[in-house]
Amino acid sequence: MRTDIILSGVGGQGILSIATIIGSAAINEGLYIKQAEVHGMSQRGGDVQSNLRISSDPIASDLIPLGKVDIIISLEPMEALRYLPYLNKEGWIITNTVPFVNIPNYPDQEKLMEQIKNLKHSVAIDVDAIAKSVASPRAANIVLLGAASPFLGIETDKIEDGIRRVFERKGEAVVEMNLKAFQAGLKYAQESLNK
Amino acid sequence: MNNKHLLLGDEAVALGAIHAGLSGVYAYPGTPSTEITEFIQAHPLAEERNIHRHWSTNEKTAMEAALGMSYMGKRAMVCMKHVGMNVAADAFVNSAMTGTNGGLIVVAADDPSMHSSQNEQDSRFYGKFAMIPVFEPSSQQEAYNMMNDAFSFSEHYKVPVLMRLVTRMAHSRAVVETGAVREMNKMSFPSNPGDWVLMPAVARKRNVKLIGQQVDFLNESEKSIYNKYVDGKDHSLGIIACGIAYNYVMEHFKDGCPYPVLKISQYPLPVGLIRRLADECDSLLVLEDGQPVVEEMIRGVLDSGKVIKGRLTGEVPRTGELTPDNIISAMGLKDEEVYPPCELVVPRPPALCQGCGHRDMYAALNEVVREYENSRVFSDIGCYTLGFLPPYRAIHSVVDMGASITMAKGAADAGQFPSVAVIGDSTFTHSGMTGLLDAVNENSNITILISDNLTTGMTGGQDSAGTGRLEQICQGIGVAPEHIRVVVPLPKNMEEMKQVIREEIEYKGVSVIIPRRECIQTARRHNKQK
Repeated sequence: MRTDIILSGVGGQGILSIATIIGSAAINEGLYIKQAEVHGMSQRGGDVQSNLRISSDPIASDLIPLGKVDIIISLEPMEALRYLPYLNKEGWIITNTVPFVNIPNYPDQEKLMEQIKNLKHSVAIDVDAIAKSVASPRAANIVLLGAASPFLGIETDKIEDGIRRVFERKGEAVVEMNLKAFQAGLKYAQESLNK
Repeated sequence: MNNKHLLLGDEAVALGAIHAGLSGVYAYPGTPSTEITEFIQAHPLAEERNIHRHWSTNEKTAMEAALGMSYMGKRAMVCMKHVGMNVAADAFVNSAMTGTNGGLIVVAADDPSMHSSQNEQDSRFYGKFAMIPVFEPSSQQEAYNMMNDAFSFSEHYKVPVLMRLVTRMAHSRAVVETGAVREMNKMSFPSNPGDWVLMPAVARKRNVKLIGQQVDFLNESEKSIYNKYVDGKDHSLGIIACGIAYNYVMEHFKDGCPYPVLKISQYPLPVGLIRRLADECDSLLVLEDGQPVVEEMIRGVLDSGKVIKGRLTGEVPRTGELTPDNIISAMGLKDEEVYPPCELVVPRPPALCQGCGHRDMYAALNEVVREYENSRVFSDIGCYTLGFLPPYRAIHSVVDMGASITMAKGAADAGQFPSVAVIGDSTFTHSGMTGLLDAVNENSNITILISDNLTTGMTGGQDSAGTGRLEQICQGIGVAPEHIRVVVPLPKNMEEMKQVIREEIEYKGVSVIIPRRECIQTARRHNKQK
């Protein structure tokens, strides 16, 4: 198997926790992994992304070439579209629908959502609302991970194990909250696929 | 025992150093090198062995302290971002002249494409300049393995070794398999103590010795396990791929590259291997991240007439980091058709955090300097550099660590008024203090704001060398105590701040205003810990 992923969002939204969990699950499965991040000045309210590659065969480049990304997982709708040239024509965008507006010229939200829905494969999900209703607003990134999990090429229960390992030291309540958030995201994605 | 770890390139360097028997890391934070020292600071073995891991005031003090530890026979490492090499350069270049006792590795993390830097300088030039070997890993595993080899190299030949990373190596994770853990060196004085006194007579002798060693370093490169010649069927092209460029080549050839590839991860450049590639191939393509160091060198090595493609000839972009995409046409491959960029997407530049003290500082400063016809604000390296962007548009220069104070002084010397400097607390102790002494000695008419957030903020909140002592430092350097003014940058104190800034601009001499409030990111962390 091989899955090339771009994780995107705005600095501080928590894309790196998603990467950590997928990474943990991938390592446990004996898969190869490469994950490139950008740290530093770009973290502060600016756009952030991480290239995450998992594969059963050795991986050459830390960066994913244009047109080769299988899934864009984004905590912000405009940030999902920023990396469109990297998405392969059969690839998926799994994105939060809630915009993070910290710039004066943020584009028209309806047009953004229209663009996302016009793609061949996409799941658009209000992870903030779902996180709030089933767990905690802080678990929004894990809801998104849940929604992306059917496309990762790793079984969902292995991802859940990853969540347990990553949040273990924060206590059972935090683990349970995140598992709930994950399940809610997964359920949403499955329902939207069956439509 | 689980010996597989998912590590950033930076962390692989750090763990490799610890396992190689490191006794001390010396560093000033700088993207993309910061995580090396942070990893060592958090590692249990570093605590158990009491490995030195405290931040240094700047890269030069770090380099010198590491050289002192090497003098005592112990293994030492210095870490910095590429522009830190400029600060450390005096000590760095001369450490090749003294030579080492315990192994000494200098890690320079370059930032091609300038993700978080002011230039694209390539540290391999520094290695060549100082006439010492350079290691450039192509994978996190190699980065780990190289540390022990580089320390051994350093101890065998008694020279410092430069380890060059680039952002995509430093900040990318992969699984690393770790090896044996070596003991730390015992203390020992150098066997050749006279070499360490670089008076001209000694330095001339050392220079000859170092030049004589170049042939040994070359032989090491020719047979290095990190330099690899992989033959291919199609000899119309031979590819020289340095460091991570090798990965970008192999990304396009899942079943092996049809062209011969020479992977280079150890310098000086293995000229024998390069001649072989040149003899066997009709043309050459040089792929290297950063500046065209190798490309320029081999144009001097090979006989004329050979077609050499690379950054200098335009087959590869002259600036910016390499990617798997921008080398495609150079290898004669075709770009695939991809989605065009989405027209709705607009840039989202970084910004100062909501609630940050620098914001209140700039809000007050902007209002006061507008009262003058032609004010100039010279700034510096740190989060407050973002004061250049809207909504503040408050600053007129950012050049290098500490330049705000000295540039404000030079501008005042030329007749500028008001001439204002804005510098952070950590940058001030890194390289601002000496410039302040220049200003005090001439009673320059400048106003300096040391925007003190009690930390090194931009790199994620490391300790700042002068925390709690800035007034003392300024007073010790000679600023009049009544012109060292501390304010708390909060919206409710806006009128007071403006008044203080106004008064100090009007004072004809050196004044220092210290707007002081903890970085809200570190404050949040501290509150959580409570």
